[in-house]
Amino acid sequence: MKRRISLALVAAMMLAMFAGCGNSQKPAETTNGATDGATVGATTEAAANTDVTIKVAAIETAYGSQCWKDVCDAFTDVTGIKVELTTNKNLEDEIGPAMQGGEFPDVIHLATGRPAGLTEQFIKDNNIAEITDVLSMTVPGEDKKVSEKIAGGFTETSLTNPYGDGKTYLAPMFYGPCGLFYNAGLFEEKGWTVPTTWDEMWELGEKAKAEGIYLFTYPTAGYFDTFLYALMYTVGGPEFFDKATRYEEGIWDTEEAKTCFEIIGKLASYTNPITPAQANNQDFTQNQQLVLDNKALFMPNGTWIVGEMAQAPRAEGFKWGMTALPTVKEGGDRYSYCWFEQAWIPAGAENVDAAKQFIAFLYSDTACEIFANATNDKGEPTPAIQPVLGIADMLQGDNKLFYSIYDNGAKSAMGNFAAFQAIPGVEVASVFFDPINSLVSGELTVEQWLENIKPVSDQMRANLK
Amino acid sequence: MKKSMGRSGFITLCVAPAVILFTVFMVLPTFNVFRMSLFQRGAYSPEETFVAFSNFSMLLKDTTFIRSMQNTIMLVVVVTVITFGFAVLFAAILTREKIKGQGFFRVVFYIPNILSIVVISGIFSAIYKPENGMLNSIIGLFTNMTDPILWKGEKLVMLSIIIAMIWQAIGYYMVMYMASMSSVPQSLYESAGLDGANRVTQFFQITIPLIWTNIRTTLTFFIISTINMAFLFVKAMTAGGPNGASEVALSYMYGQKDAGLYGYSMAIGVVIFLFSFALSALVNKATKREVLEF
Repeated sequence: MKRRISLALVAAMMLAMFAGCGNSQKPAETTNGATDGATVGATTEAAANTDVTIKVAAIETAYGSQCWKDVCDAFTDVTGIKVELTTNKNLEDEIGPAMQGGEFPDVIHLATGRPAGLTEQFIKDNNIAEITDVLSMTVPGEDKKVSEKIAGGFTETSLTNPYGDGKTYLAPMFYGPCGLFYNAGLFEEKGWTVPTTWDEMWELGEKAKAEGIYLFTYPTAGYFDTFLYALMYTVGGPEFFDKATRYEEGIWDTEEAKTCFEIIGKLASYTNPITPAQANNQDFTQNQQLVLDNKALFMPNGTWIVGEMAQAPRAEGFKWGMTALPTVKEGGDRYSYCWFEQAWIPAGAENVDAAKQFIAFLYSDTACEIFANATNDKGEPTPAIQPVLGIADMLQGDNKLFYSIYDNGAKSAMGNFAAFQAIPGVEVASVFFDPINSLVSGELTVEQWLENIKPVSDQMRANLK
Repeated sequence: MKKSMGRSGFITLCVAPAVILFTVFMVLPTFNVFRMSLFQRGAYSPEETFVAFSNFSMLLKDTTFIRSMQNTIMLVVVVTVITFGFAVLFAAILTREKIKGQGFFRVVFYIPNILSIVVISGIFSAIYKPENGMLNSIIGLFTNMTDPILWKGEKLVMLSIIIAMIWQAIGYYMVMYMASMSSVPQSLYESAGLDGANRVTQFFQITIPLIWTNIRTTLTFFIISTINMAFLFVKAMTAGGPNGASEVALSYMYGQKDAGLYGYSMAIGVVIFLFSFALSALVNKATKREVLEF
C-alpha cells in the first residue's frame, strides 16, 4: 500500500516538474517568435502598426511618475504605438523576477550607480541592444535627427558606450550638474568667499573650525563617485581620468593619483566625524541636514537635493549654493561632474524597433517639455532636464543657477569606471568609495587605501570588457 | 482490501497538494541553489558556464566574505547566549514569582516580536542617532560627553545590531519557556522547598532539567532565526556599512547577486545552508540528555 502511495506521489511530482518546465519554456518561445516578427518588419511603417504595444519600465525618482505617463501618451499620439508603462520607486524589485524568467520590458529607464546595480549587470552580461542607429533616426513627429538634438559629448562617454568601441548602448537621460552644495546665506553672513583652490579650502576649513563648523560632510559614501570623478578631472585632466577609469597599469603610483588621494585624506580630516555613522540609506538625510543646520559647510550632491530636502528645517537665512570643485593650482580648470541617467533596450526585448522609436521620441520637443515641467506627487515642480541643445531656456529658479555652472567657467566632467567582467568580492563602490567612511573614522590611512586599490585595479584591468 | 484502497487513496489525495507544493517551491529550488553554485552566471543572462567548485575556492580567498562569516558567527553566538539567558530568567520570574503587573510584563516583552523588523530598525536608528538620539542623550546626563558616541560607526555597529536583535527576540523565547515552565508540577517545587532547596537551586535542579527538551528545540531556532534576522536588521539599519563593517553572510550574498555574480552568491548560499545545518546538528548532539518526565 505504502508503495502505491509513494508511486502516486512520485508521479504527481514528475507531473508538477514537467508542468514547471513547460511554463518556463513558453516565454522564451514567444520572445523568439516576436523578435523574428519584428526583424522581418523592421521598417518604420511596420513599427507604426497600431497593433504593436511596447512595455516601458521607468524608475520613479524625485521627478515623480506623471511625466512618464504623459510622455507615453504623447508617443502613442504621434506614432500609434501603444505603451504599457511600469513605474516604481524600486523598479528592480518589480521587473527583476520577470526578467529572470526571460520576460523583458522593451525600454528600461534606470540609471547606473544604484545599489541593486541592475543596469551594470546588463552591461557586464552584454545583455543590452545596440542603439547607435537611433542617433541617426529622425525624432518621431519632427524632422530633426536624434544626434542633432542631443547636446555634445553625451553620447561619447563610457556611460553610454560602455565597451569603448564607439558603439552606443545606453541613451543619455535627465542630466544635472553635481558639485559641492553649501549654504550661500552663511557665506554672506560670515563674509567668507567660496574657495576656488584647495589651499583656500583648507584655510576656510580652519576658519570654520574656529566657529565650531566642520568643513565637509557627505550623504553616503556612494555620493563620492561624482566627487572622485570630478576630482580626477581637476587634478589630471581628461587624460588622467581616462587612464584611471580604465585601471591603467601604474596609474595609482602617479603624482596625479597621489594628489587626488591626499586631497581626499585631508578632506576626511575636516569632515564632521558623525558622518560615517549616518552614511547609510536610512540616515543619509541626517548628513544632508548637517549642511542645512550649519554644522558642515560643503557636501557633494546633485540638483535633486533642493526637492529632497524641501520640507526639512534649516538655519535662518539658508540659501542653496553650488560650486564646482576647487583646483589644485590657481587658474587651473574647474570641473563639475555632469550626472545623467540612462534609458536602454534589453537584448531580450520583443519590439526592438518600436523601442528604438520610443527612445528617439524621448528627445522630441514635446517630451523634453513634459519632463522639464514634471511635478512630484505633492505637485511641487521637479524638472527633469533632458540633455538636448537649447534646454537652458526651460529652466527656472534654483535650477537656473545650478545649470549655469557650466556657463560660468566650469568644465563638464563625464564618464565612470569602465565595466569589467564581474569578479567575486570586487566592486567599484567597495574599492573606490566605501573606504572614505574608514578614512573619516580613522580606521584607514590614505596610504593603506592606495595599497589596497592597486592589486584590485590590476584585477579589474585584466577583466575589462 | 477495497476499503483500505479507498482510504489510502483518500490519504494520498489529501497529502499530495502539500507534497507537490513543498517539492516545487522548496525542494527543487534548494537543489537549484546547489546546481547554480557550480556555474558562473549573471542573474538576468541566460548564459551560464560550468566552473565546478571554483566559486567555492574563490570564497576562501574573499576577505569580505570571511569578515561577513565572522560577523554572522559572532551574532549567532552572542545573540543566542544573551537572549537565552534573559529569556529563561524572565520566564522563570514571571511564572514562579508573584510580582505585580505580571500580565503587563508578558505583553511588554512580547511586543517587539509583533513589530516588523523595519519598524524596529527605525526605532533603533532613532535611539542610536549621534546628535540627539535617546541613548547619547541619556549617557550625556551622567557624563560630560565631548564627542557623541557613534553607535552606527565602524567600531560599535555590530554591538548596536546585537542590542536591537536581542531586544527583538527575548519576548518570543520567553513565551516559549514560560509555556513549558508552567507545566512543571508545583508539587516538585514544594517538596524541594521542604528539603531546603532555595529558589536558585530549584531553578537549576528542577526547572532547567524539566524544560530541557524545549531548550534544545529553541537552540536550533536561535541559530536559524539569527542568521535570517541578521540579514533583515543589516539591510534596514546599515546596509552592511560603514565600509562593510556590519556585513553578514546573507547580506553579502545578496550584494554579490547585485554585482552580477549569481553563481557566486549561490555558492555563499550553499555555505550558509551547510553551516546552519551543521551547527544545528552539532548543538543538537551536544545538548542531548536523557529526557526527564514528570
